[in-house]
Amino acid sequence: MFDWLQHFADWLIYSLFGLTHGSKVGDALNFFVFDTIKIFILLGLVTFVMGIVNSYFPIDRVRNFLTKRNWYGLDYFLASFFGTITPFCSCSSVPLFIGFVKGGIPLGVTLAFLISSPLVDAVSVAMFIGMFGWKTTIVYVISGIVLSMIAGYILGKLNLEHLLTDWVKKILENKQIADEEFEAEKKTFFQRLPEIGKEALGIVKGVSLYILIGIAIGGLMHGFIPTGFFEEYISKENPFAVPIAVILGVPMYSNAAGVLPVMQVLVQKGIPLGTAIAFSMAVVGLSIPEGLLLKKVMSTKMLFIFFGVVTACIIISGYLFNLIL
Amino acid sequence: MKKQVKVLGPGCAKCKTTYNNVLEAVKQLGIEADVTKIEDIEEMMKYNVLTTPVLMVDDVIKIKGRVADINEIKTLLTA
Repeated sequence: MFDWLQHFADWLIYSLFGLTHGSKVGDALNFFVFDTIKIFILLGLVTFVMGIVNSYFPIDRVRNFLTKRNWYGLDYFLASFFGTITPFCSCSSVPLFIGFVKGGIPLGVTLAFLISSPLVDAVSVAMFIGMFGWKTTIVYVISGIVLSMIAGYILGKLNLEHLLTDWVKKILENKQIADEEFEAEKKTFFQRLPEIGKEALGIVKGVSLYILIGIAIGGLMHGFIPTGFFEEYISKENPFAVPIAVILGVPMYSNAAGVLPVMQVLVQKGIPLGTAIAFSMAVVGLSIPEGLLLKKVMSTKMLFIFFGVVTACIIISGYLFNLIL
Repeated sequence: MKKQVKVLGPGCAKCKTTYNNVLEAVKQLGIEADVTKIEDIEEMMKYNVLTTPVLMVDDVIKIKGRVADINEIKTLLTA
């Protein structure tokens, strides 16, 4: 699919700039040009396609969909699934949380949405395709959804409502099933396109700096760390590698755009793919800034339970990835 | 009549951009408007929003969950 791009990168670096094929600088630049352009093309495509889906299923509609009837457990799947197509901004997480529980959506289902939304989104999908290929991407998306469902379900069963902050409890007492009808925008497909395009462009712009820095760091590591360097320390046989990687990743705050280019190089240098994915999930899914935001709605105890359950689920999936990938 | 413009958002980059765009739009149009920024989440929830930033003109939600550019805001303000 990207042969033409490799030809272009070769032509640009080796012919136009006249750098020697096989030299360190030449190869590093070639790698940088090829990877950057490839990622931006993929990112543009995926955000645009997801933008189309999201245009027909905006968040208000998803909420009404989930409140309208009893889904008998299927709501965990629906929440996790719609979480993936909804572009996520961490500062929306609190309004979203309140809006969901106020509308009568169970706490566990709301949390499932909140977990899957940052974990699997257009940016992480595009980055995974570009860095690790289709197979790994599919495994990542499916496990991201399953993980959100399971973590949400466990958290729901723990009956944590009494651990919410007081003002949220007050809102819950007065909750009403959202009565406002969702007004679907009556626009044709082609009328929607400009707005979707603008939105996609905004997302790409927003992460472009992360991508450039990520790929640049990746490129440097590519040149300086010897292949197989990590195998000595982090091998599949070391049972502690996955939990340590995940626990290191949880407090970190970055998005898939910054982490995955570095992960790709680490995998080439001998870190098991499953461990790398689990680490990325921890970085992207949970972070200290997100925890601070959620403190507005959760008591510290509930926050620890929330982070604990999600962390445990990520660790378990890390082991599973290492088994199947 | 003076327009009442409210920007709802807990202070993330997108919310700040929206707020600045509103100020710029008001300036370019040369109209008088009360522009307020609502950052307190409890206050925000009274308006029943799900995604931020939200742009309200005269207490009607016009745009939610995305940054509105200056031209778009100008159209909203002159409508």
